[in-house]
Amino acid sequence: MNILFVLIGVSLFAALIFLAMFIWAVKSGQYDDNYTPSIRILFDEDEDEDEMKN
Amino acid sequence: MEVQKFNYDNAIVRNFILATLVWGAVALLVGLVAALELAFPALNLGIEYTSFGRVRPLHTNAVIFAFIGNAMFAGIYYSLQRVLKARLFNDILGKIHFWLWQLIILLAAVTLLAGFTTGKEYAELEWPIDLLIAVAWLCFGANMIGTVIKRREKHIYAAVWWYLATFIGVTILHVVNSIELPVSLLKSYPVYAGAQDAVVQWW
Repeated sequence: MNILFVLIGVSLFAALIFLAMFIWAVKSGQYDDNYTPSIRILFDEDEDEDEMKN
Repeated sequence: MEVQKFNYDNAIVRNFILATLVWGAVALLVGLVAALELAFPALNLGIEYTSFGRVRPLHTNAVIFAFIGNAMFAGIYYSLQRVLKARLFNDILGKIHFWLWQLIILLAAVTLLAGFTTGKEYAELEWPIDLLIAVAWLCFGANMIGTVIKRREKHIYAAVWWYLATFIGVTILHVVNSIELPVSLLKSYPVYAGAQDAVVQWW
C-alpha cells in the first residue's frame, strides 16, 4: 500500500493550500465583521433594469 | 464620486439551466432503460450498443456530469456574481466552458455506447475527453477566481469558499485519478495497478 504515501502527500498539499487561504482571509479582515454578513441578505438592491436584456 | 453601473451575466445561467433540464430528462430516461434491462433482459436487444454494461455508465455519467454538472454551474454562476457584486470575470471563458461541457457530454454518450471505457467507475471516459474536461474545468476556475478578485463586496460570503474548495478538490480528483497512459486514440491504461488504482480513486 505504498500508494498511501502519494495520497497522503497530495492531501497534505491540498491542506496547505487551504491553510494559506485561511491565513490570507484572517489577515485581510474577512472575519472582522460578524454582523453585516448576516443581515446583508435583507437589503433590497435594485438590480439593473437592463439586466433582462443582458 | 462616480457611480458604476454594471449588470450580471445572465445568459450563461440561462444556458446552463436549459442544458440541465434537457440532460436531466435524458439521464433519467437512460436510467429507466437500464433499470428495465435488469428486469427484462430481452431489452438488451442482443446487440452490444444497448447492453446494460454500456447503458449503466452512460446513465451515471449523464446524471453526474450532464445533469448535476450543468445545474451546479448554473447555480454557481448565478450566485457567485450576486454575492460578490461583480459581473462574471470573462464572458468568452464562460461561453467556452458552456459549449465545451456540452461537447463533452455528447462525446461521452457516443464513446460509452460504442464501448470505450476505462472501467473506473465515474471515471469511465477515455483520455481525450478527460483532457477536454480539464480545459473546461480550468475555464470555470479562472472565471470564478477572476470574479472573486474583481469583487465589489469585500466580505467573501461563505458559499464562495465552498465553491473555491470545490474547484480545488475536483481538480485534484480529476488530475490524480485520471493519470493514464494512452496507447491509442480511445484506449489508455491507468498508471496505477489494480488495488492501488482503487485506493487512489476512492480516496
